[in-house]
Amino acid sequence: MQRKLLLEHIDVPGIQTYDVYRSKGGYASVEKALKTMTPDAVTEEVKKSGLRGRGGAGFPTGMKWSFLAKPEGVPRYLVCNADESEPGTFKDRYLMEHIPHLLLEGMITASFALGAHTSYIYVRGEFFYIIRILEKAIAEAYKNGWLGKNIQGSGFDHDIYVHPGAGAYICGEETALLESLEGKRGNPRIKPPFPAVKGLYDCPTVVNNVETIAAVVPIVNNGGEAYAAIGIGKSTGTKLISASGHIKKPGVYEIELGVPVEEFIYSDAFCGGILNDKKLKAVVAGGSSVPILPAELILKTANGEPRLMTYESLADGGFATGTMLGSGGFIVMDESASIVHNLYTFTRFYHHESCGQCSPCREGTGWMEKILHKILDGHGSSTDIDLLWDIQRKIEGNTICPLGDAAAWPVASAIRHFRHEFEAYVNHPKQQHVVSYYDHCHNLATAEV
Amino acid sequence: MSETETIKFSAETEALMKSIITRYPEGKHKSALLPLLHIAQADTDGWLSVPVMNRVAEILNIKPIEVYEVASFYSMFHLEPVGNCLIEVCRTSSCWLRGAYDIVQHIENRLGIKDGETTPDGKFSLRTVECLGSCGTAPMLQIGETYHENLTKEKVDALLEENKSRTTHSRYVDHTTFRTL
Repeated sequence: MQRKLLLEHIDVPGIQTYDVYRSKGGYASVEKALKTMTPDAVTEEVKKSGLRGRGGAGFPTGMKWSFLAKPEGVPRYLVCNADESEPGTFKDRYLMEHIPHLLLEGMITASFALGAHTSYIYVRGEFFYIIRILEKAIAEAYKNGWLGKNIQGSGFDHDIYVHPGAGAYICGEETALLESLEGKRGNPRIKPPFPAVKGLYDCPTVVNNVETIAAVVPIVNNGGEAYAAIGIGKSTGTKLISASGHIKKPGVYEIELGVPVEEFIYSDAFCGGILNDKKLKAVVAGGSSVPILPAELILKTANGEPRLMTYESLADGGFATGTMLGSGGFIVMDESASIVHNLYTFTRFYHHESCGQCSPCREGTGWMEKILHKILDGHGSSTDIDLLWDIQRKIEGNTICPLGDAAAWPVASAIRHFRHEFEAYVNHPKQQHVVSYYDHCHNLATAEV
Repeated sequence: MSETETIKFSAETEALMKSIITRYPEGKHKSALLPLLHIAQADTDGWLSVPVMNRVAEILNIKPIEVYEVASFYSMFHLEPVGNCLIEVCRTSSCWLRGAYDIVQHIENRLGIKDGETTPDGKFSLRTVECLGSCGTAPMLQIGETYHENLTKEKVDALLEENKSRTTHSRYVDHTTFRTL
């Protein structure tokens, strides 16, 4: 069963509009926080809830908030990361499109806790139609006294502005996002200092994902303990999962953390099983960056326990036999999918999106793309597989930001679990219906840095 | 247009730009660079020529190089002319799994151009792009602001027909996108 906390009213006609959203109890968390709580009490509830960052890293949100420096006379900022670009992930877009006021409500409540009087929503540039929706919702919120000066007579002032990106995955990394918001190239900053101390315009800043900020609403409404009672262990609450690939019912599902992976894939309440009833081959469970797992390891851990949709269960076995919950971008592949070709699309992606600051990532992603193209084209040798392994190992951990790791992990996991497929391409190139017409046309020139 | 030419946007466009600048704190107007470049690109010929970028630099009171280095970083800013209708097809994993390459091949055959090219009459440009966050509705393509999802060859044909005689270039933003302050 789906457990709807964020998406409770998603099917109510007109929920996109202020009037309907308000009639369903919208903005209650702002009222409660501003009129009956101190900022620290709000942060305390978020800590108690066990909420972890929903963008992919899973860092405890309450802890992130408590790191925020509060020097006198210096403004603080909340920045919402709506630069959703991790392949396989489309949940933030869904939430902003269908229930935009939930994000605004969460931002006002969170800003009150943080003492931020201005916040920005950084939306990826391709989502201009979402920006249109957000701008309309913001105008409604101002008109009804939830934004601007002296919100609902509380004395708290807050302004929200939408800021468009312009097509750069790297701006989902929080310091690159801040650079971009300052009107610069999206090159990640060296940390420390962390944004909590020196963020936007060198001021203390919290950067949170859309879904994370939305989750603040039920946490404040029902209390942190009620939120923590949902889920299993340190995986508290609900999570939006973006399901795509070879499944019968792609889409966004809100799950209580702890649903078995097998149920998520095969139940009619979720993915509805594999498209055309083919066999499951592999899953990328948390967006393109996390290790790919073969069917047997995604359904059960190496110890034979049923794998659950939690941070801990998906990570069980480390990278040898496990993966990560990541952003919740759940990509399913049936028996017909080529793992090598899928990896090629990922590696080409990371090469295209590398900002170019760090040599291992800038050069390494390009080399990996070229080698994979060569293997797919039927000209690879077994030393190329070893070379791929060697390159990914030299990228991991050697870059300023996690994009390097994100580019390395898919390569490492594909070789670890599906080496036989690489070998088949290398040893029997003619037997693989490998390179499509499209890839023949799209020659290697595009892989130049 | 020569690179040293000076241009101005329409009064309406410049007013919108000024309004966008007020979203950022005093002295931090450079923050408005990305939205201003989007508006500049949409309100000129669908790409950023040097004079267009120079005017944006003037409005923000920053050096032209600060605009060029940003414009060249982000894939939505076009530094060369593009067709009146720019078709951007997602090519990453989920879209690939659900047949994006067949869609690309079909468009290539219909238009007689390859990925990255523009038709000789300047009507269409075709580009494959990285994940557009539409994985659950794959395969998909974007024209201007609009996402076209769950594509079939028939849907693509209808889109090509529809856009054949468009009079304005496909744009990501217009004057109604942003709330005016």
